[in-house]
Order: sequence, then structure tokens, then C-alpha cells
Amino acid sequence: MFSPQLKGSFKVASTVVGATPEHHTGGEDPNRRDFIHIAATVAAVGAAGGLAWPFIDQMNPAADTLALASVEFDLSKVETGQQVVIKWRGKPLFIRHRSGKEIASAIKDNHADLRDPQTDEERHKAGKAEWLILIGTCTHLGCVPTFGGGDYGGWFCPCHGSHYDTSGRIRKGPAPKNLAVPEYTFLSDSKVKVG
Amino acid sequence: MSGHSNYEPKNGFEKWLDERLPIIRLGYDSLVDFPTPKNLNYWYTFGGILAVCLGIQIVTGIILAMHYVAHVDMAFASVEHIMRDVNYGWLVRYMHSNGASMFFLAVYVHMFRGLYYGSYKAPREVLWLLGCVIYMLMIITAFMGYVLPWGQMSFHGAVVITNLIGAIPVIGPAITTWLWGGFAVDDPTLNRFFSLHYLMPFMIAGVVGLHIWALHVPGNNNPTGVNVKSKEDTVPFHPYYTVKDGFAISVFLLMYAAFVFFNPNALGDAVNYVPANPLVTPAHIVPEWYLLPFYAILRAVPDKLMGVIFMGGAIAMLFLLPWLDTSKVRSMRYRPTAKLYFFIFVIVTLILGYCGGQLPDNKIIPGLTTFQVAASDLNSVVWLSRLATAYYFAYFLVILPVLGLTESPLPQPESISEPVLSHSANAPIGAAASPEKRG
Repeated sequence: MFSPQLKGSFKVASTVVGATPEHHTGGEDPNRRDFIHIAATVAAVGAAGGLAWPFIDQMNPAADTLALASVEFDLSKVETGQQVVIKWRGKPLFIRHRSGKEIASAIKDNHADLRDPQTDEERHKAGKAEWLILIGTCTHLGCVPTFGGGDYGGWFCPCHGSHYDTSGRIRKGPAPKNLAVPEYTFLSDSKVKVG
Repeated sequence: MSGHSNYEPKNGFEKWLDERLPIIRLGYDSLVDFPTPKNLNYWYTFGGILAVCLGIQIVTGIILAMHYVAHVDMAFASVEHIMRDVNYGWLVRYMHSNGASMFFLAVYVHMFRGLYYGSYKAPREVLWLLGCVIYMLMIITAFMGYVLPWGQMSFHGAVVITNLIGAIPVIGPAITTWLWGGFAVDDPTLNRFFSLHYLMPFMIAGVVGLHIWALHVPGNNNPTGVNVKSKEDTVPFHPYYTVKDGFAISVFLLMYAAFVFFNPNALGDAVNYVPANPLVTPAHIVPEWYLLPFYAILRAVPDKLMGVIFMGGAIAMLFLLPWLDTSKVRSMRYRPTAKLYFFIFVIVTLILGYCGGQLPDNKIIPGLTTFQVAASDLNSVVWLSRLATAYYFAYFLVILPVLGLTESPLPQPESISEPVLSHSANAPIGAAASPEKRG
């Protein structure tokens, strides 16, 4: 591949390198040159490693994305038996005003064969059984389940057929977990802050 | 790139340049003088077709990037702006969107060609692995490109696919948030997908360079799978295969143009002309046709994590193939049993593609309800997907390893030239249909 002239010049170069003697003699006595090699390599790896994290972390949520992380909602807008969907952190948030019948059916199934066992009380705030606030993304692959559908009257995910009950618990289909309950607090009887 | 070079500089300039940068020599050795088996059929033209596809995607993509805006509020409108207002924008975008489909069509033919003629076997394992890397890069590039128009299918496809990563235990959700740059697929996601979608074709081009390098070390495989024995077995790449490839490329471009000009949306999903709405999921989320088989495998498995593992495993099989196939005979022309299983495999991948486009509970045979076995309806798409998935994995993990040890292959010709010159009784059916055999 290389022309004869090039080959010649490589030979010259190797003689120059070879001119530093006792470089490869015995491993047990590290000399100054070895130290410089090790120190330089460690410094370069350290620098690359130090830069790797900023280069990776830049893809995590930015400060302004994190700042938009909470939302307030006026519950008086939702009639019994209805659901309102709002956008929170880019995802749909289900705010469901459950009827007595829906609450009763959720409690009745507390000890049914559940994939992700939770009682209905664990899924709403104490004394606020009528308000069910859930993240509206199917725990399978993130589609938005439709209100009131499915075999259990809660939600039905049209993508791959997951059925949720009136407590948002997974009952049938491929989803592994119940619809997630976000962090939220009641500011007053009719006002809630999510996030 | 390897072996002896017959290049002789024609003039003073070429001689001067050759001593400084032997680039003309490189081109001459690999595209003009390169010794190529003389029996390559039209299945071997798809490498050239793929190079053209990559070129078209890069050129049209660079043009589209001049007019596209990667922002959730403007992306959809900017694509419509390209379609309606930009001069010939409709042409460039339809070339790009249909070009992706043509690219995958060609790559599937190219891959099945390699599977049939045993092009992955020694000494071409690295060549095959580089091809698998290109295919994976193509899938990722196509997926991110499909998100950019920010239609309903773009958005919810991105949601579903990025959620797959969340199936990984412990670190999955953190990786998903990292990929999104937020708590859902949103503006940061769109922006980074655009950046990476622009980058990756150039990565593909780089790996294509390695792929061709790895091809030119052992040289081409050929339909007999028999090694090149002498100069008699080869012809120079130019003019023999430049012309053959050129003809195949022309025919391929005719078909491509038919899609672009007469039915540009035939391969796309109409729902993607609805702007993305995070609060409403389309009733039926499907990927583009070229990813349907993998989607079918994903849905065939009832468990989320296992579904993801099987889907990844389907691609991993391709990487392992050189070490799974135990047969010393390369070409399936001389492996009648393997040939049968190969054609079943091709049909199975098509069945998986069909299943990927259907709803899981759809019936295969309408109206038939008698195939109920223990609460499962065997007459459903999900069960057909399961059977097809089982065959897909069995082909790689059971059939090819076992068959290589148990089958008795037909006698192979002594050399490439032998069956061509003698038309012996061993010449396989269909050989007469290959026009290159006549010469």
C-alpha cells in the first residue's frame, strides 16, 4: 500500500523513537517516562469522564420544564359521574367525580384478584372518595384510556385492550400497574393542587 | 482496497496525485477493476439500489430541514407549508417519505438475499454484522423521522415506543424521562429527535463505507456459494455490474416514482394528517409497514417486559446468525430442506407484518367462533402472531443449528464456472430465468 519512499521514512521515524534506551527493560521499576504516560492517560480519561456527565445530563428535564410541574384546578366544574381531562406535565390528568355506585363497586372489589393489589382507600384522599385524580396514561405503553369503557366501567385503553375499574386499578389486559396517582393536595373543598 | 492493484495513472496529474493521495486508485480498484463473480443475479443489485436510496434520503432530507421547524407549535404547520407553499416542496417531501419505504423494501430484499445464499457465513461474518448495524440505525432513524411531522400517529407512536424503554426494571423510567427531556413526549423530545434524525444518516453512510470495505476483503458471495477459484470465475465490476446495477436501479426508481407521483400516501397512515393531541389517543396505533413484524412480536407476548425482550431478540437473532447456522454449505440452492424452511420463514415474516397492522382481537377467519381453547380464541390475530413469533425464533435457534448437522445437501459445483458453462443437471430450477446464465 505504501510507496517505498514512505516505508523508508517510517523506518527513520522508528529509529528516532528507538533512540531512547532502557524504555522497555523490566516492568518492576517504573521510571519517569512510565509515570508521565500513566498520569497523562489518567488525566485524559478523567477529563473525558468529567465531560461525559454534562453531555448526558443535558438531556434530562430542563429547569423551566421542572418549574411548570404543578397545576391548580377548580373541582366545582366537574359534575357527579363526569370526568375532566387536563394537561399536567405534558400528560393527561383524569379528574373523575365518582358516583356512589362507582365508589361502592370499587370498594366491593378491594379483595378481588388484582394484578397490582390496592384498596380503593389507598387511591383517593381520606374523606374524598368521590374525587379520583389519576395520571391518564395507560401503564402499558402510555396511550390515553377512554372514560367509562371496559368490562369494569372505569377506563378502557384502545391501544392494546387494558381494562381499568372505577378505582383505576388494572383488571384485564397487558398493562402491569394501576393508573398512577399523582402527588396532590386539597387547597380547599373545591380546589386541588397537583404536583 | 485489498490485493493487487492494476491501476496505472494515465497522465501527469494522475501520477502526481497518486503519489500523494491514491484516491483514483482506490476508486479504480473498488468500482472498475474489482473482480466480481460472473454469476451474480438480480438479487445482488440491491446493494447498489440501497446506496442510491441513502443518497436520495440525505439530499431530500437536507432540503426538508431548510423549511421544517422543530417545535411542537409549528412542526405540523411547517410540514403543511412545505407541502403547499414551498416550491416543489410536495415533491421533495413525498420523495423523502416514500423514499423511507423504498429504502426498507430494498433492505429487506437485500437481507433475505443474504439469508438465502448464506452470505453471512465465514469469511463474511463482519460484513453481515455491519449490515445488521446499518439496519438497526435505519430503524432508529426512520422512527425518529416519523415523529417529526407531529401528527397524531407521530406523537402517539413516539409515546408507545419510548414507553417500551420504561419496561426495563429499576432504571427504565429514569431513561425514559432522560430521552423525553421532560415528563412526557414534548418539545424537547421533538427537538432532539430532529437533531439525531439529521445525524444518523451520516452515521449510516460511515458504516456503509465499512460494509463495502468488509465486502471487498473476501469479495462477493455468489448464488452458488462456492468460492472464486480462478480469474475465469470473475468479471471486472465495470462495465459488467455497473450496467447490471444501473438497469436494476432504473427499474427500482420507476416503481419509486410511481408511488411518489401517483399514490404518495398509499404507504402512510391518514391519521398522521391530524395534528398531535396528547389528550386523545387514536383508536388504532400502528407503526409504518416496515416495522409491523416487530410490532406484532411485541404484542404477541402478554407481559410488557418480555414483549420488549422478544422484540429486541428478533433483531439479536440476526446478529447471532453467523454462529447459529451450522451448515458448511453457503447457498440454499444445494440445501433443499433448508430452502423449504427458508421460504416458510419468508411467509412467516409477512404474516407477522399482517398481524402487526391488525387489532389483536381481530378474527383471522370472520364469523368462525369454534376455535376456543381454554378461554383463548385461537382464531385471533394475537394467536396467529404467537405462532408466527414461535416459528421466527425457532428458525434461528432450532432449525438452522440442527439442520446443518442432520441434512444431506446436494453436491455443489466444483467452481462458479462449472454449472454456468455445462448447464448440468444440478442446475437449480429457476436458473434459466436468470438472464446472466445465457452468456
